[in-house]
Amino acid sequence: MTRRIVARTLVYVSLAAASVVVLLPLGAVLLTSLKTPEEMADDGGALTLPGDLLNFANYATAFQDGRMLSAFGNTAFILFFAVGGTVLIGSMTAYAIDRFTFRFKKLVVTLFLVAALVPGVTTQVATFQIVNSFGLFDTRWAPIALYMGTDIVSIYIFLQFVRSIPVSLDEAARLDGANSFTIYRKIIFPLLKPAIATVVIVKGITVYNDFYIPFLYMPSDDLGVISTSLFRFRGPFGAHWETISAGAVLVILPTLVVFLFLQRFIYNGFMKGATR
Amino acid sequence: MTDTTARTAAPPVAAAPAPAPRRARVRRGLTPWLFLLAPLALLITFTYVPVANMVAYSFTDWDGVSPELRYTGAHNYAELFTRPELFEVFFVSGYYLAASAVQIAAALYFATVLSFDVRFRNFFKGVLFFPYLINGVAIGFVFLYFFQDGGTLDSVLALFGHHSSHAWLGTPVSANTSLAGVSVWRYLGLNFVLFLGAIQSIPGELYEAAELDGANRWQQFRHIIVPGIKPVLTLTVILSVSGSLAAFEIPYIMTGGATGTETFVIQTVKLAFQFNKTGLASAAAVVLLLIVLAVTWAQRRLVPDDRVDLV
Repeated sequence: MTRRIVARTLVYVSLAAASVVVLLPLGAVLLTSLKTPEEMADDGGALTLPGDLLNFANYATAFQDGRMLSAFGNTAFILFFAVGGTVLIGSMTAYAIDRFTFRFKKLVVTLFLVAALVPGVTTQVATFQIVNSFGLFDTRWAPIALYMGTDIVSIYIFLQFVRSIPVSLDEAARLDGANSFTIYRKIIFPLLKPAIATVVIVKGITVYNDFYIPFLYMPSDDLGVISTSLFRFRGPFGAHWETISAGAVLVILPTLVVFLFLQRFIYNGFMKGATR
Repeated sequence: MTDTTARTAAPPVAAAPAPAPRRARVRRGLTPWLFLLAPLALLITFTYVPVANMVAYSFTDWDGVSPELRYTGAHNYAELFTRPELFEVFFVSGYYLAASAVQIAAALYFATVLSFDVRFRNFFKGVLFFPYLINGVAIGFVFLYFFQDGGTLDSVLALFGHHSSHAWLGTPVSANTSLAGVSVWRYLGLNFVLFLGAIQSIPGELYEAAELDGANRWQQFRHIIVPGIKPVLTLTVILSVSGSLAAFEIPYIMTGGATGTETFVIQTVKLAFQFNKTGLASAAAVVLLLIVLAVTWAQRRLVPDDRVDLV
């Protein structure tokens, strides 16, 4: 019996240690974000408590001088169109592939499948030229087009769900005189709600956090999304860790709130999304 | 169903017997393509055309801007493989590969532990997974501060009476180890959640039967859990390998590729967008793409997975 108790203790010790490893760096940044520049200069180390736990001056600086308002605006704009587009594109593709037999269907499916194997980072050099030739470079439409264009995971998630919708529903509607578009709009799409929720969550988090694409395609100052705006803190705030920390906390906070509210859906979404 | 042909003027039964009128047939054949028009256009424009162009650029000396480009044969590839500093970036991937091994082992351990009855289970689950959701730039800054002189890590070490001002990002070995550590911190949660989901889909009776047979936890893990989650395990391995090769965000944000932390993608981005060597960068990207495809192919061959087909 004692062996069991020892094992159990070890399990809890390891879990506690892992939690400390995860939370400590975040906690230190939170503490730092509340410190005054003088306290930072005192060099008491990262883990000392700030004098005033409600000192939000750094947040104000980060928010204004870091242009976080426009960053959140741009991110919201891109999120809206990219996620909406992904849902439409993914569900239409899934509907077409699952409900119709047509020539070259195998080829089309293979095209989508093989594309999943091509890592986006490798083709960016050439993709850049294409985006540029459409005149999309340095506009918010460049990331939107790229996020919509190559999301195989969402197509796969939709495909799983379309398959579970009985074909008899389509047939009944067709007998009532509905054409394929009406069937898609009135039957398939509404029944895809759980899949849409999954895709919105997974895609939304990916878009919110992406750095590479906005960094490459939107260099203009006023086109910063939250990633690139935060990245630009490096220059002007140089060694002002209290301001940089406040910026980082500002960016992390919305994610934390969404996570706490949607925990269960987020886990499910990532399990469905990644195991394809 | 607005077809006015005499034969279908009667009740418009779509699933009409065999020889449907030609126009209806054409339209029926066209319908799936109408749904696929936008998806296929995007797919081809942003995936296949770039891949084809990239291969074409890789045989030229194009700078990405000028209208002139000269065909240079395999010159870029020769340069890539003969200039050691261009090839060195692959050694950096080694750090990330090693980190992946640690990451998978740890994720497997925590997923196993937390799929049994443990107090505060949901809290631990949340804590382990949350880093995966955090913005990469924010993570970069958090850990720049963490590894700073007198930053979090030094403060913690000081608590244990170890006063040092080690420049954690100062030498190539320590910098790369630190960065790879950050990537474990960041991505452990994803592997963990995938494993957890797979473990929970294993039917509970299996454990009960094993317990009756007197199997201990390790034997249950070895003979029930590992085989039960094999598809996810192999998927994770393959994602880790290609992820290690394509490491970019964390090192770029934290060090910009300084002190020997330049990865393959950082180098490619610099070649293409800073030094205007689009041709050479394309050749590099083709090499990376081929390696990733080879790894994927090898995995598919070694572990045939019957669930890979879409239809």
